[in-house]
Parts: sequence; C-alpha cells; structure tokens
Amino acid sequence: MSIDLSQFKQTFIEESLEGLDIMESTLLNLDVGEADLEAINTIFRAAHSIKGGSGTFGFNDIASFTHVLETLLDQTRAGERDVTTPAIELLLASVDCLREMINALQDEGATYDEEQVASVQEKLEIMLNGDKESSTENTAEAGSTATDENSPTTASGWLIKFAPHPDMLRTGNDPVLMFRELEGLGSLEVSVDTEALPNFESLLAEDAYLSWEVRLTADVAKGQIEEIFSWVDDECELEITALISESTAAEEEHVVEPEPQAVNTDVKTTPEKKAAPAATKKVAKKRSTSTEATSIRVGTDKVDALINLVGELVITQSMLSQLGEEFDMSKIEKLRNGLAQLERNTREMQENVLRIRMLPISFSFNRFPRLVHDLTQKMGKKVDLKMSGEQTELDKTVMEKIGDPLVHLVRNALDHGIESPEERIAAGKDPVGTLLLNAYHKGGNIIIEISDDGAGINKQRVLEKAVENGIINSPDDISDDAQVFDLIFAAGFSTADVVSDVSGRGVGMDVVKKNIKALGGGIEITSQEGKGSTFSIRLPLTLAILDGQLVRVGEEVYIIPLISIVESLQIDKKAVNRLAGRSEVYRLRDDYISIIRLYNLFGAKPDSVDLEKGLLVVVEGDGQKVGLFVDDLLGQQQVVIKSLESNFKQVEGVSGATILGDGTVALIMDIGGLIDLSNTLQRDSSDGAVA
Amino acid sequence: MAKILAVDDSASMRQMVAFTLKSAGHEVVEAVDGKNALDIAKKQSFNLVITDVNMPNMDGLTLTKELRGLTNFKFTPILILTTEAGGDKKVQGKAAGATGWLVKPFNPEQLLSTIKRVLG
Amino acid sequence: MDTVQRLDSDSIIANGSGHEQYLTFMLAGEEYGVDILRVQEIKGWDSATRIPNTPDYVQGVINLRGTIVPIIDLRMRFNLEKLEYGPTTVVVVLKVESENKHRTMGIVVDGVSDVYSISADELKSAPEFGDDVNAEFVKGLATIDEKMVIMLNIDKLLNSRELSVLDSAANER
Repeated sequence: MSIDLSQFKQTFIEESLEGLDIMESTLLNLDVGEADLEAINTIFRAAHSIKGGSGTFGFNDIASFTHVLETLLDQTRAGERDVTTPAIELLLASVDCLREMINALQDEGATYDEEQVASVQEKLEIMLNGDKESSTENTAEAGSTATDENSPTTASGWLIKFAPHPDMLRTGNDPVLMFRELEGLGSLEVSVDTEALPNFESLLAEDAYLSWEVRLTADVAKGQIEEIFSWVDDECELEITALISESTAAEEEHVVEPEPQAVNTDVKTTPEKKAAPAATKKVAKKRSTSTEATSIRVGTDKVDALINLVGELVITQSMLSQLGEEFDMSKIEKLRNGLAQLERNTREMQENVLRIRMLPISFSFNRFPRLVHDLTQKMGKKVDLKMSGEQTELDKTVMEKIGDPLVHLVRNALDHGIESPEERIAAGKDPVGTLLLNAYHKGGNIIIEISDDGAGINKQRVLEKAVENGIINSPDDISDDAQVFDLIFAAGFSTADVVSDVSGRGVGMDVVKKNIKALGGGIEITSQEGKGSTFSIRLPLTLAILDGQLVRVGEEVYIIPLISIVESLQIDKKAVNRLAGRSEVYRLRDDYISIIRLYNLFGAKPDSVDLEKGLLVVVEGDGQKVGLFVDDLLGQQQVVIKSLESNFKQVEGVSGATILGDGTVALIMDIGGLIDLSNTLQRDSSDGAVA
Repeated sequence: MAKILAVDDSASMRQMVAFTLKSAGHEVVEAVDGKNALDIAKKQSFNLVITDVNMPNMDGLTLTKELRGLTNFKFTPILILTTEAGGDKKVQGKAAGATGWLVKPFNPEQLLSTIKRVLG
Repeated sequence: MDTVQRLDSDSIIANGSGHEQYLTFMLAGEEYGVDILRVQEIKGWDSATRIPNTPDYVQGVINLRGTIVPIIDLRMRFNLEKLEYGPTTVVVVLKVESENKHRTMGIVVDGVSDVYSISADELKSAPEFGDDVNAEFVKGLATIDEKMVIMLNIDKLLNSRELSVLDSAANER
C-alpha cells in the first residue's frame, strides 16, 4: 500500500515554523558563556524535529541543511561545544534560511535564496569541522562485518545458532517472531536445546532459558539473517554459518556489530552530505497548497461557548414560534420577554462570534525581539525591548494589517528616537535605551503604544521641515503640540538629515497613518524633547461592527461613530463667532472649534438653518475637534458596517453604510474625511457659510 | 488488530505514524511527549509502543525505562525512533529496555514492515 | 408594494445560435434594451438613501436583501427631464462588470416592455450623433415591429465618468 504523505505537509510546515519561532526567541535570550541546558535542549529539539520531518516527507534540501545544524546543537548540548556570540548569530541566520525554505514549501513554484542557504550551510560546516574532527565520529557504524573476506556472504543454506541471554525477553523481544521472519526467507528446521532450563520451582517466568539451532534453506545473504537479529545482538549469542552442501563452513563468526538499521540504507558520512547541498536545486515540490484561503486556529472553548449559545437561540426561537401560533393580546408580556431573550441571545452570539476572529497580539509582537536585535546590531545602539499586554486580543485581519505599520514605527523609534550610547551618556542617560511595546483594551478599542526614552521630537525642526516641504505656510499656523506632531504624518515629510535605509525617506509615516485610518483607527503622538516619544495607535476591535449615534439632518439619517463623539450640546448663539468672515467657530470652554453645517456638506435640506434650533455634536478626528450641526439626535445602536464601495465607490466623508431596523440605508460618517471635505469646501468657496 | 501507542512531539510525524498504522487496521492512541504517554499507559494497555527519543517533559529513553517498570509493559514491544547520527542512542535505547528501533527518516512501508516484526 | 421579478439565467430558454435576448424598457418615449443575462431582477421603486456629493443622476443607495446597491436615474443620466417617481416606476437591477469585479447596480426606467431575441446581424451599428446619448454605450440599433430599439452596453454605461471604479476622487457637480 502506498500512503500519500502530502497530507501531512501542511502540519509539518506549521509546526516547523512554530519550532523556528521558538528557536529564534530562545536564541535571542541565550546568555553567551552560560549554557542554559534547558534552552539548548529546546533549540536542539526544534531543529531535530524539523530534520526528522523533512527527511520523512521528502524535503531533502531542508533535511541536509538541518542535519549540520542539528549536529552542532547536539554537540553543544553535550557540552562539547561552547555557546558563543558568533555561534548564536550563525544559528539565527540558519533560522532565517530554514524559514525561507519552509515558507517556499507553501507555494508551488516558490523559490528561496539558494545562494544564501548554501553560504550559511558552509559556515555551519566550517564551525562544525573546525573545532572537532567530527566527520568520522558520527558515523561509527564501521563494523568488522561486511568486509570479512573469509566467509561467503550468500549461500543457499545457513546454520543459525541462537542462544538468547536470560534477560532478552525483558526488552520485549520474542524469539518466536524472529523465527517467523526467518520462515519468510525460506524453509526452517529447528531444534531446541532445553539444557539450560532449571526445575520448575526455580524457573523465572521472565527469563529465557532456551536456545535453538536453525537450519535455514534459502538463497539469501548473511546480512539478511543478521538483520533479523539486529535488535538483539547484545542480548544473545548468535552464530551464522553458511552451509555448503557436504561440508559445513568451519569458521565461526561472532557477529558483534549490528548491521546498520533495520530499514535504511547505509549511513552517509558527513563529507557525503556536503556534496548534496552544493547542488542547488529547487525545493518546492509540486503539491498544491492554496494560499488564498487563510485559516484561523480557534480554541475549543470559544467554539463550545458558541455551540451553547446557538442552543439557547434555538430554544428562544421555538418558544417565540409557539407563541406566534396562537397569539392573542393576553400573551403580550410573554412576547416581550421572548423578544428580550432573543435580543440577549443575539448579542451574546455576536460577541462570541467576533471573539473567534480574535487572536492575541503576541502573534504580531513576536517578531520584534529579533527585529530589534538585528537593527540595534546594525545601528550600533543598545536597546532593551520590553513588551506588555501581549495577550490582548484583536481581530486577525486587523492584526495582519497593523503588522507593517508597527514595524515601521519600531524602526523609526530605533533610528530617530533612541540615541547612540555615546549621545545618551552625554545626555546623562543610561547608554541602554528602552523601547516599550504595550497593548491594552480601552472602550471598544485596542490601544497599541510604542514608547521610547530617546531624544523626543524636536518641534522646531518639524515646523521648519513642514514649511520647507510646503505642507504648511508658516509655523504660526499650528499652535497645538499635537498638531505639530501630526505634521510628521503628512506626505513628503522627513526630518532625517541623512536618509537612512532603515526607516526610509519619510514615505513611511503617511502610509502608516493611512493604513491605520483604513482600519478605522487613529494614531497620536506625545513627545518630550530629551525624554522620549510615545506613538499611540487606536484600533477598533472588529472591522464589522460599530457603535453608532444616529443623527437626523432634515429627512436624512446619518450615523456618527460613537468613538468619535466627545460631547453633544445645544448651541448658545453668543458663543458663535465668525473667523475672517469665513468659517464659524464655537467657543467651548477654552477651545474654539469649527462648526460644520452638515446639510451644506451633504446637500440635505435641514429642518432649520438656525443654529439654536439644532444641536452641535462635537467630534474628534485626525487629532482635530469639530462641531457638527444636526437637527436632532436619534438613538444609539450597534450597526453592522456594510460596504458602499463594493457596488458603488468610495465617497469622501462616508466610511460605509448600514441598514437600519426599518430596512432603510443610513450612511456612516468618516470624521476625518468630513473635516477634509469641509476644509476643501471652505477653501473653494469665496464667501462664507450660509447664515 | 493491534493497539499501538504512538509518541512524538512533532505533530506531523505523529499524524503520519498514526495514519499509516490506522490504514493497516491498527488502533492508535497518540501522545505528545513521554509524560503524556506515561499517563496514558497507566490507564490502558497496548500491544506496541512507538516513541521518539527527543521530546520535552520526558524523553523517549526515560519513558521506556518507566514503562518497563509497569506490570502491563514488562514485555510489551517498545520501538524507539532514532536518527542516523544517534548511533549511541540505539545502545542507550536497549539499555533502557527498548525492543528495537526504527531509523528516521522512514517511510510508511518501512514502518509497517518493522511493525510486523514485533507484532507478528 | 414591490413587484419583484427575479430572472435567473437558467430560466431563460436557450435559443438559437447567434441570437441574444434583450429586455427592453421605455425611457422618455424611446425603447432601450439590455442583455437579459445581465438582468438580476426588476422591482418597483421604494426609496433610496441619498449619497452626498454625487451627480444628480445617482439617486442614492437601497438595501437589496442586505446588500447596498446604488440606483441610477437613467433619464437624468441622459440629460432628460426627470419624472416624479410613483407606484409604476420600475427599477431594473443589473449585474455590471467593472475592472475585474462584479457590481450590482439599479437603473430607474419609465417601464419595462418585453423580451426580444435579436440576432447579431439584426443589430446595426449606431450612426454618429451629437452627444446626447454617448455612442460609446450604444451596442447597436435594432428594428422590432417597425420600431427602433436602442441596445445598451451597460458595462460601458454604468462604468463611465463618475461611476468609474478607478475614479474615486473626482466629482463632477
């Protein structure tokens, strides 16, 4: 029977990638010189598993690469080799190579950098052979057996004398099974010698006392017979002699060394292994794995909770259905209760289903120890990376999309934020900087913070650069610190005097902000010169659902994301002022906020244009606060976000649509976009807003 | 046919072994490391144990030793999975009480023919 | 009340080779036709939610069994006078191909006429007119019962100008 091994490929890939992650994080935490045996064992086992699996499933390049790696690690854990910094770096490089090779297995036709792999492998071998003459030690199978010229290796008959040691049975070996196998080779004549059997009283049931003489008539090689006894050669006396018709072969041989392996061909020595990887071959076997469909691992607890809730929902449904069959007004209370229960069931189910898509942010954070390690090495800086809140959960898709922006921000913090050790000492700081990654839930969002204790942001330089690049006209346009920092996210901005290849030319930050906004989130900066900066990212916990405030402008209903609302109030005409004859501002305590008349922006017909007849909803977006003038506030509810773009297109100021309880469509506002739209309108119009 | 305990911390290897053995009509119970296997072994008996050597929590050799100490497993065939480089593992394996070994990498056919040797 | 007629492509009987079936409708006294395979359903007009800063002919969006579908007033698209919507107003929901995705969009017409089977040679190309009706989205002209029927290429019609998938920023007002 032939079994298709490709079905295990995906599992192998997943577990190998996990193993590589473990190898990497353990390596990063290894103390040079102080051999933490447990850690080294962990690293060894990971490599060992990959080697075993890759060999079994036929991924030979991976197998041969890992073989050298495993040998090095084996020596290290045996104490024959020290843990040194170059060794750790080389092992980290090996992890990278393996990752590439294993990832290439996923896609048909994918390749990996063979040159790099070959180069790392060479370095591994140099390290392996440099200190020890290990090429011959590993393969100590060179027994005296096969080269004995005196005895014939193939004969038509054999005499086998087999005398198990008393304790052979204790290893679970059974002479009967060996005889059965011999029978498979040819015909047997067996005679037993019971001489060693003691009296019944002193008979130990677990000991072997018998020995046998077997005459095997078969045209076989000696090796085949030896092989059958290979497991027990230490636990028995075995003599195999060839029978040549009349004369029995006189020489006695005592088989000392077991023929290698019951199953494999000869063990290759290390030099042979060297030849194999030099031949650069494609690794991708032609097995199709779909990369389109992504999958998610869900804890069974989440699934069980969901199953329970579905059960409750079914009960509620049948209860309501029964109620509906013979309904009269006397049952109205029961109906109300039933509906309340339905609401509860639905809400719980919704929460639970969304939780299924949530994964801890550690999946995203896990790449950073390595990244920070590599980058600080390259930059010659010393940074201590601290992470907290790794168990904070967020939607899988959101996490995947926030990955690159996070990397960019970390790079930025290392490049521009944290100073070199000399600079830090000169500033009276610890030469080792601190980079803190933190994640936590707040409201309906997840907050991710990247903080450094570096040089902070130089506001003056930011303003100058912004003016230089035409982003603002004059430094006086901006008064608020937050707004100054916000300039960093403008397209075409960069304060790097020398463009470093690490964090790029400033094209990164605006893309970072755009990506975060696309996810329905926002980013804010706080910074103190000389002390450090914190980049704070806010992301919704789910992309599909939003807590919304319904507002009415004339006959239209719009939804404002609750998260953007600061407060709602009735307008006091006395607090309304006009700036330069153009825009209206409202004095709210100490702040002046712009008033946006939504009916203008959306072309709706309001109940009234008199500010005092409506309400002002103060919202926040893109670090700016504005007041939206609406006719009325309707309720708050959770809305399911439906795409406007799938059948129509993106509309500025609108982030999506939803279907209200009455079946009609309501548009969801995008505050940032609204503000931009309003600014554009202001700039375009010559005289001011409608009075 | 036979009830087999398959022990390996590598899920893909474990699955492959289990699948191969099940296809041949055997009943298979899987364990992820030595400790897991020992816990299972204390509650059930098996006709055969196949175990990897390098595993966390309890390695294959220790497991073998422990199993031999259980009444049910005194004579149960125990096969250890070794790699070629581990020549001394075979000796150690036998010292721990293993019946024999199977060298990695092996294919399903090799696994089945080796099983036959111990199961008959 | 909505009168909903859903047309599944499998319920359309396959006709002879070279013939295409068209659903025709009236618009300001003229008869137009669209490939019947593109017609998802026909429904009455209910109401639509207006979308800010869109051309006049975009009436808004409706909820079509959970999907947000934009509705285009074809009279206004052709710069004709808009009619008041009433109980007899009809919306033809179409499957449109845009770039490499499928979109569902609806057009408001005066009324639905019939289904005709037209062969390829019966479809004559349109002469060059002024640009009242952009000739680009006229697939061809056919004569049915001595009437002229204008066959529309809805992909070109509903992907042009402001409706284009590529063009998201520009808004003609």
